[in-house]
Amino acid sequence: MTSALGKDLLALEPLSSGQIRLILDTAEPFKEISERAIKKVPALRGQTIVNLFFEASTRTRISFEFAEKRLSADTVNVAASGSSVSKGETLVDTARNLEAMRIDMVVIRHSASGAAQFLAERIESNVINAGDGTHEHPTQGLLDLLTLRDHFGTLAGKRVCICGDVLHSRVARSNIWGLKKMGVEVAVCGPRSLLPNAISEFGVTVFNRIEEAIEWADALNILRLQLERMTAGYIPSLREYNRVFGVTRERMDRAQRDILILHPGPMNRGVEIDSDVADGDNSVILEQVTNGVAIRMAVLYLLAGGRPELAEAAKHGGER
Amino acid sequence: MPTDNTTVLDARAMDRTLRRMADDIIELYDGTDRMVIVGIQRRGVQLAARIARIIEESEGVAVPRGALDITLYRDDLQTVGPRPVVGPTDLPWNLEQRHVVLVDDVLYTGRTVRAALDELADFGRPARIALAVLVDRGGRELPIHADVVGKTLDVSPTGRVDVMVKEVDGRDAVILVAQETAQ
Repeated sequence: MTSALGKDLLALEPLSSGQIRLILDTAEPFKEISERAIKKVPALRGQTIVNLFFEASTRTRISFEFAEKRLSADTVNVAASGSSVSKGETLVDTARNLEAMRIDMVVIRHSASGAAQFLAERIESNVINAGDGTHEHPTQGLLDLLTLRDHFGTLAGKRVCICGDVLHSRVARSNIWGLKKMGVEVAVCGPRSLLPNAISEFGVTVFNRIEEAIEWADALNILRLQLERMTAGYIPSLREYNRVFGVTRERMDRAQRDILILHPGPMNRGVEIDSDVADGDNSVILEQVTNGVAIRMAVLYLLAGGRPELAEAAKHGGER
Repeated sequence: MPTDNTTVLDARAMDRTLRRMADDIIELYDGTDRMVIVGIQRRGVQLAARIARIIEESEGVAVPRGALDITLYRDDLQTVGPRPVVGPTDLPWNLEQRHVVLVDDVLYTGRTVRAALDELADFGRPARIALAVLVDRGGRELPIHADVVGKTLDVSPTGRVDVMVKEVDGRDAVILVAQETAQ
């Protein structure tokens, strides 16, 4: 059985704009469930979901867990910290063991790019990528799209600049694919050392100065400077980074118009973003977190379903 | 496949039927005290709005209205798959001790109503829940009955009842499709 999205959600790159719109539209009614006194619907009752996090995560793991619980699924968290076994072998073993326990879905985060696909090809359960190396983080890309759509009404023709550490960022990749498919004009801005060499192949505008990006954009998606991956001297110092590329109140004020501020978290306050921008009126950072639960509920719900031709027939109403 | 369409109710007959249903609802609850009218997505929502308006005209009181989408409470997700788009649920009222009127277009197997009752229970404990449907076509698979019925039809399992409302379909009508068309 495959759903309207296929078996897995591994990346936004292979999705059509129609599929992305379906996820965003499905997420809308899920927002309301989280506002109820009893925040739970029985849609995924009896489904077992394993959250397999090989890499540290607070926000994403909790967000997935809330989404699963609010759909009444049974969840198990596996926090597999670093293993001495090589990653390939670990994953194959893990996959076999999971299958043996008769699970329905796996949410996986892994430090190796392609880990989610590797797993998806080896198990029958639905696999959701919760971030794999520097490849993609599709649900983050989707929740950013939903947040932008909430504020702009329509996505096509808007201008979004992704700022900062694009090189190490799976969030950036998912955003670029998702935004472009939805007709958004995309730019990136950051130090040359933190932009991929082949950035031009993504079909995005490149700004070398943050002032230019602010001048151009309707929204800034400010990435976290991934300090833990900064081992090769990409930037001279954090202070210099803030001075040249930091999104500060002063720089924002110069634009003299409202520019939406997004950040996937966790923030390095005073490095890529200043506190009074992060907490300012145009910041939608906490809305992103709220939307994250709705997006993940939508993805789980859509992947859990049965055959698309029956879903098509059901479009004409349940009871007639 | 050949089809045979019969108009069961035209716009005027539908309006008359809804007026009669509104009267029956007021009688059932002996007034409009503590009443909340809740439509089931989709066409039930428009029908609920019409009935609420008729009650407001005749009784001179505003009746609170809500909408319920039961998609996530269905028992057939695994076999039928997700509905393309889940509609909004809008129940801003505290349902404790309320007299709820659940409104749907067609009552058939009763599974939609079962799901709606489950969902309502997650919002509170009404004093009573009554069911009002525009068409009861028979064919129940669960022990569920309607308190207020606009039109009773005996339709075979291959037949289909299409309820159309101006707000969604551009016109008001109830059509009986004798044989299911290939979809």
